[in-house]
Amino acid sequence: MPHIVTENCQSCRFTDCVSHCPVECFHEDDERLYINPDVCVDCGACIPACPVQAIYDVVDMPEDKDPWIKVNAERSKTLPVIMSKQEPLPTAEARRTELGL
Amino acid sequence: MLKIHIAIVGSGPSGFYAAEALLRSDLNVEVNMIEKLPTPFGLVRSGVAPDHPKLKQSILVYDRILKQDGMNFFGNVTVDEDISVEDLLKTHHGVIMACGAPLDNKLNIDGENLKGSHAATAFVGWYNGHPEYRDEKFDFKQKTAIVIGHGNVAADICRILSKPVSELKKSDIAEHALDALAESQIRKIHVVGRRGPVQAKFSPKELRELVDISNVTTEVDVNDCEIGEQCKVELSDPKNISSGKNLELFRSFSELQTSPELTPHSPRKIKFRFYLTSQKIHGAETVEGMSFFKNQLGGQAFSQTVISTGETEHISCGLVFRSIGYRGVPFKDIPFCDDQGKIPNKEGRVIKNGKAMPGVYVTGWQKRGPSGIIGTNRADSIETVDCLLADMAGVEKTPKSGSDGLTALLKKRQVQIVELDDWLKIDTSEIARGKKYGKPREKFTRVDEMLDVLSV
Ligand SMILES: Cc1cc2nc3c(=O)[nH]c(=O)nc-3n(C[C@H](O)[C@H](O)[C@H](O)COP(=O)(O)OP(=O)(O)OC[C@H]3O[C@@H](n4cnc5c(N)ncnc54)[C@H](O)[C@@H]3O)c2cc1C
Ligand code: SF4
Ligand code: SF4
Repeated sequence: MPHIVTENCQSCRFTDCVSHCPVECFHEDDERLYINPDVCVDCGACIPACPVQAIYDVVDMPEDKDPWIKVNAERSKTLPVIMSKQEPLPTAEARRTELGL
Repeated sequence: MLKIHIAIVGSGPSGFYAAEALLRSDLNVEVNMIEKLPTPFGLVRSGVAPDHPKLKQSILVYDRILKQDGMNFFGNVTVDEDISVEDLLKTHHGVIMACGAPLDNKLNIDGENLKGSHAATAFVGWYNGHPEYRDEKFDFKQKTAIVIGHGNVAADICRILSKPVSELKKSDIAEHALDALAESQIRKIHVVGRRGPVQAKFSPKELRELVDISNVTTEVDVNDCEIGEQCKVELSDPKNISSGKNLELFRSFSELQTSPELTPHSPRKIKFRFYLTSQKIHGAETVEGMSFFKNQLGGQAFSQTVISTGETEHISCGLVFRSIGYRGVPFKDIPFCDDQGKIPNKEGRVIKNGKAMPGVYVTGWQKRGPSGIIGTNRADSIETVDCLLADMAGVEKTPKSGSDGLTALLKKRQVQIVELDDWLKIDTSEIARGKKYGKPREKFTRVDEMLDVLSV
């Protein structure tokens, strides 16, 4: 069972998760990141790295987030891999405050 | 463009992620990775449990890095035996130490050296086919084992001790270990920690795996799961989700009933024990039992310490495995922090007498101490390489001999270098040996056997 990026990643994109991933399985578009379930080795290193708790192990994910499984699988197939941490989007800090984290 | 030559000592995850960051930089870099074994990948090969094959796929990334232009592998070369850090600094502009933390912490109690009392490092290295632990012996005729420590390595040990061998035999576990474990008589494993269920360092995932092993029951005393106010404060921290999940899992384990006689066919039992500090291992020549001081917690949330209740408890057992942390090895030309078992550093720059040592850097477990999983080392090595790159402006104007100089020096000292092509031969040969048994590989467990592959 892979790891999944969910809605909290929206307009935030601190990319701390990427530098903690041992296997290059994050993909990006302008808004958020996606994990390629075929490459993810389920190590869990990205979970504590994400400042807004956007990443879940599928086994521990609240059920209402299930649709994200498909979104990650599909979007990661077509989007480019992201390998290094980038500047967070300008909205990142505001988003973190909004989420109360 | 002139070249910058960097030596990386150690080929575990942190070494590879440092190489990756160097090769991805804008500079013209040559990376020479030095490894004491003929085989690369550090603890991903010899630490990560054989029944976690998915995690070992990070090797695919390392394999790609090994084959990149500008990357050279110098296997079978031990720093401080075959070559010194000073030698490396003469031939390179910079040296990154990435040697991990291979020694185990001791309990420092009476009886620790009795036969039957083992370090986690020895057992893990043995079942994973690490040559240094090839000849370890474990007495699996014993019925009861105690594992000291509440972290993921302790969980690995419990799993390997309790899993039916039918579930291990398609993994890359060493053949000698599989044979020995097939004869195991162990029925009960006590997993002992000093503090409570909220402070246990298991990841919930590893804990859940123990519950899922067929024909194994997990037990806990319900009273141990009654937690105090300070523990509740710890659990309310959103960063502490794992502890909450662990507690839930512990609570779901069956309570110890007046347990029936252990027979060779009764399920194996793993019992989680809390609030116990090791006092003494008993026995004449071999381990016969272990005694503990009973504790309770005191102090504020997140810094709760143990206070002895004055009572003690004795558990009969024939095997003890201590898994209470790892420490690094000191190197000759480099300072070492004995308290923490690591190299003193600031963001990866090695600090000697309060100042950064020119050209010497450190990453991974040798930098942070033994904490963090495979991926943690990637972020860590990026930090170290960022420091190194910032320091390297203009150094290429002082040319260094790099791989040529290093090769010449090692040849003069009659060291047999295992290069990339040699490792690939060993790799192919291991995979072929494994095929026969339906295993991903059958590792060579002696350095001589590995080198023999290269002499044909
Ligand atoms: C038992 C165990 C199980 C683990 N399981 C997991 C897991 O399931 N998932 C996970 O994500 N993480 C796991 N880890 C953690 C992970 O293995 C470490 O985070 C990681 O290996 C640390 O990388 P490193 O490069 O710092 O050290 P290491 O991997 O230890 O690599 C150090 C390398 O340096 C070499 N070396 C040492 N001395 C010298 C010398 N003098 N000269 C030349 N070379 C030398 C060694 O041979 C070794 O290859 C586990 C760790 C252990 C101990
Ligand atoms: S760290 Fe979290 S929020 Fe930031 S990019 Fe990664 S998943 Fe998204
Ligand atoms: S679980 Fe591990 S492999 Fe999977 S995305 Fe997170 S860091 Fe990468």
